Amino acid sequence: MVIEAAAALSSKDLVGIAPLEAGEIQLLLDTAEQLLEVARRPIKKVPTLRGMTVINLFMEASTRTRFSFEVAEKRLSADTLNFSASTSSVSKGETLFDTARNLMAMAPDFIVIRHPNTGAPHRLAHVVTASVINAGDGSNEHPTQALLDAFTMRRHFGDLAGLKVVIAGDIRHSRVARSNAFLLSKMGAEVRFVAPASLLPPGVQELGVKPFLRLEPALEGADVVMMLRIQMERQKRMNFPSAREYFDFFGLTPERLKLANEGALVMHPGPMNRGVEIDSEVADGDQSVILEQVTNGVAIRMAILYLLAGGRSDAATDS
Amino acid sequence: MTRLLIRNGRVVDPSQGIDQGMDLLIDDGLVAALGEKLDVAADTPVFDASGLVVAPGFIDIHTHLREPGFEYKETIESGCRAAAAGGFTAVCALANTSPVNDEPAVTRYVIEKAGEVSATRIYPVGALSKGCNGEELAEIGKMIEAGAVAISDSPNPVANGLLMRRALEYCRSFDVPVMVHPEDLELTDRGAMHEGRVSTRIGLRGMPGAAEQGVVARDILLAELTRGRLHLCHLSTAASLEMVRIAKRRGLKITCEVTPHHFTLIDEDIAKANYDPQWKMNPPLRGTKDRQAVLEAIQDGTVDAIVSDHAPHHQDEKEMDFADAPFGISALETAVSLALDRLVHRRVIGIGQLVQLMSTSPAKIMGLPGGSLEEGAVADITLLNLGMRVSVDPKTFLSKGKNTPFTGMNLRGAPAATIVGGKVVWKR
Repeated sequence: MVIEAAAALSSKDLVGIAPLEAGEIQLLLDTAEQLLEVARRPIKKVPTLRGMTVINLFMEASTRTRFSFEVAEKRLSADTLNFSASTSSVSKGETLFDTARNLMAMAPDFIVIRHPNTGAPHRLAHVVTASVINAGDGSNEHPTQALLDAFTMRRHFGDLAGLKVVIAGDIRHSRVARSNAFLLSKMGAEVRFVAPASLLPPGVQELGVKPFLRLEPALEGADVVMMLRIQMERQKRMNFPSAREYFDFFGLTPERLKLANEGALVMHPGPMNRGVEIDSEVADGDQSVILEQVTNGVAIRMAILYLLAGGRSDAATDS
Repeated sequence: MTRLLIRNGRVVDPSQGIDQGMDLLIDDGLVAALGEKLDVAADTPVFDASGLVVAPGFIDIHTHLREPGFEYKETIESGCRAAAAGGFTAVCALANTSPVNDEPAVTRYVIEKAGEVSATRIYPVGALSKGCNGEELAEIGKMIEAGAVAISDSPNPVANGLLMRRALEYCRSFDVPVMVHPEDLELTDRGAMHEGRVSTRIGLRGMPGAAEQGVVARDILLAELTRGRLHLCHLSTAASLEMVRIAKRRGLKITCEVTPHHFTLIDEDIAKANYDPQWKMNPPLRGTKDRQAVLEAIQDGTVDAIVSDHAPHHQDEKEMDFADAPFGISALETAVSLALDRLVHRRVIGIGQLVQLMSTSPAKIMGLPGGSLEEGAVADITLLNLGMRVSVDPKTFLSKGKNTPFTGMNLRGAPAATIVGGKVVWKR
């Protein structure tokens, strides 16, 4: 499977992986490859977005994604504004569209939005002229995470096509799982979702994945094992009996990891619950690329900003 | 003595088995005569109904009018103007206002206010439970005495099976139906759309069909147990309708209703609409099989009434993301055109059956005057232009609620005039 990189992104926004073509994903990954080098420079900054303004609108708690975006923005010399709300502004009586109008009055070039509800970035993109980047919406998509995950895999395997990727955990509530499924299936990889059915969405095959109700059979032949955070705060509603039982049946232990291909990568979007979905020995082991994912996240977010600003990938790192 | 001759229309009245060209004479608010080429005094005012269907007035038994308490969404006055423009001569107003219509003073307020400002008839529906909160029975008898015609907590479900049982039993003394919004809120679990392949694909929280079906099953069994009058609101799934079909075959006196949006749209339309909350309603838009089942249940007589489930909201409330926006659409002014276009012109049912579903049966379910054009009946009449083509434009709605998923949809068939008590209250 040979996927030609597109010449440019077709939309002003990056609201999800679902609307992207494979060629656009290739372009984003190729561009990130060039931008990764900036982090190795003594002065980790290029003037690409000088004079441009980015608003980071985080209406749901986030540390690593927000910091990753901010680092990416600063390395591209953009001016950044951070707007965090522990609760959505709806509870203060402002509609999403009013928030959008207020933000546009500050003439930003980009709005990076994380929102607790599905579709909020899509609605925002519909009413603002700035480029909207989805930093996670409800249980829908987390496209930048999927791109950095794919980027990490590609750096290890050279190509995504043909890879067998296991994604295990609270799939039903996971935007990371969904964006990864969209991305990896577009790029020719095989995606296996693992969870008890109480944590799987109905008709999960719709996402182009193979569902497994137990971890062991899914691990056979796997090149990548991605464990998702079990969000204990969301588990009040009877999805499984206890963290202890979850770990016993669905946790990634060194023994279970041996069922995967030799040298299989262990990934986790963070933050981890050690001893719930993943054993510390695995999380800190040789096969773990969890911190590499974080480093790569900055390069991917730089690539997104750069390409949405209208750049060409071969000029990404020029002064 | 106010007389009006409706001349040369096609009178469709399933209560008398009539579908033919006739004149209809109204005298003093009642139907005085019905016949071919009626001979009347020369000075009798004439309404030329050539090319129009003349039907007993359409009655929407599931309308949310929002007053008192939410006048920014809709008032009794604006809602009734919308009803008239939608071809309805009467509406039943649900109880979820603020204060809730759970006591006779509120019932009387709605009736008095309607008398002052409304040309269409309004029949209040009293709350089943105090505050519509599903805990204890409201003063049902006193509300009925004040003019309520049914009881319901809709759009809230009745979670407690014992309360539902008691309501069905208690209402037997007053011979009114208990209207129920069948939904298990634990199962819908803060969902925003139908749970299925589409919700999985687009990442919105799902509301499974089983959340409706479980309650339908329970309430049918309770109706059998209590011999109460159960009316199931806005059924949207194949299994719910199949249960009603079986119950009716077994002789149970239950009734049910469906909405135009459920026989027109599906969950896939939400995906196409890019998360626009105009498509958010409860029950949610289902899949193609459920939509087909709704059409079949209309066709085979399982369904007793077509209702708008008019739920107007302010524009600000729909300027939200999908999850935060409220459920419901402004439906009074699209219901009849959707029914004519989707059901009559597409030959699901004939015009007589449609009149049955939007006039005769609703009147019977709720025990209301109307639903018939026989001599001596109230002169509530809906005139329809079956061939007229309309394009839905919420800017033209008389309802304050402009929230509709049907904007720009081209439909064939529309109301032409609405006559209440012998008076033309709206004319296109």
